[in-house]
Amino acid sequence: MTRFLSQVRTLIWKDLLVEARGRETVLAGAVFALLVLVIFNFAFDLRVENAAAVAPGILWVTITFVGVLSLGRAFARERDRRTLDGLLLAPIDRSALYLAKVFTSIASMLVVEVVALPVFVGLFNLSVDLPLLVLALVLGTIGLAGVGTLFAAIAAHTRAREVLLPLLLFPIQVPVILATVKSTGAAIRVPGLDPPEIGQWLGLLVAFDALFLGLSVLLFDYAIEEE
Amino acid sequence: MTALRAEGLTARYPGQPTSNSALIDVDLEVEAGERLLLLGPNGAGKSTFIRVFAGLMRASHGQALVRGRPARSARNLVGVVSHATYLYDELTALENLRFYAELYGVKSPYERAVALLEEVGLPRLANEPVGRLSRGQQQRVTFARALLHDPPVLLLDEPDTGLDLAAFALVEELTTRHQRTVILTTHNLATGLRLGTRVGVLARGRLVHQQTSASPADAPALTELLERLGRI
Repeated sequence: MTRFLSQVRTLIWKDLLVEARGRETVLAGAVFALLVLVIFNFAFDLRVENAAAVAPGILWVTITFVGVLSLGRAFARERDRRTLDGLLLAPIDRSALYLAKVFTSIASMLVVEVVALPVFVGLFNLSVDLPLLVLALVLGTIGLAGVGTLFAAIAAHTRAREVLLPLLLFPIQVPVILATVKSTGAAIRVPGLDPPEIGQWLGLLVAFDALFLGLSVLLFDYAIEEE
Repeated sequence: MTALRAEGLTARYPGQPTSNSALIDVDLEVEAGERLLLLGPNGAGKSTFIRVFAGLMRASHGQALVRGRPARSARNLVGVVSHATYLYDELTALENLRFYAELYGVKSPYERAVALLEEVGLPRLANEPVGRLSRGQQQRVTFARALLHDPPVLLLDEPDTGLDLAAFALVEELTTRHQRTVILTTHNLATGLRLGTRVGVLARGRLVHQQTSASPADAPALTELLERLGRI
């Protein structure tokens, strides 16, 4: 167990260091998120009465797009540079590689969300319950990264990986997107309206995260092997 | 003691027809301490043979055994050098080696990485990002990476890529120093015959020729054989 955790820590350290020096994923993701939010701001005419219904969808479409970009890069970069072979040559538990990639994907997506969230709140002039919004973001991001990392590993072996990843990911992500949009909606305060009960949606998110993280750990060995 | 054994080894890539497998029914034994020079025209299956024994590719039939264990569960016994460096451009040479040393569970990874950088003649470039090193320097770091866990078996797939003569002399020394079992593929027959102790020739996935010795004097006959196979 100690060796497993040490491998996960080593892989995370490497990924964070490569990202910190290359700044490929986070920087591109943050710029992309801001652009999408600005475009949505021009495209939608949000008023106080429809903000809670529309704004969560805008936020999660943005986060999902950023997630697909970030997850796709996680393995595509390793594969393009042939460093994935270097990792697979090492006598490491494949699930350590999976968990490290999930962690670094979550970390990079959360950094982008920290940048995008104030812009989202400001552009759409929203009043939010911050702790609830952060909880929904974290749980939703874990769900997105958990399944997305598995599919990114599968898609990385194909030529059409940029197309294949969203095609594989989005249908499976429907429960997460639904639950996070509902939870995010409840975190947006509308004057004169009580926030809806969202315990069941948060419960669904936690269950989805646990189920798919567990399944992905078991399946990753098959997903990462090319031949 | 048999270090490597291929038993009816057949391997093919996804989508490749059975009749056109990358390796077909290869039977081969390499004793501990032997250095097998694997030759063959392009597409003969040399790199596939290395990938199977490195545990990067499954055999579709037959077995690839390293010291009696299936190759995929013997990764800690094998060091691999290929034309791909497996190094991260953003990390320094020392960081790359330390990273891989930790993955291989090497004791004192930092000290081992420093010692190997000394051995491959790059102590002054330890803190230089690998992306800024020349191809030859990167290949030296790649050799250090392959030796981190002191593997008894080395798989060298065209290791002379980007190396000048002096650097390759160092590689020869590192490869032969500890009586490791080596499988080597190279397009440079002269250096291959200097390093190898026996020869195997692959053509279209089949082992078509073996000899239990290797010397520079074999070069003309092997060149003729390779030219003939290349024309088939």
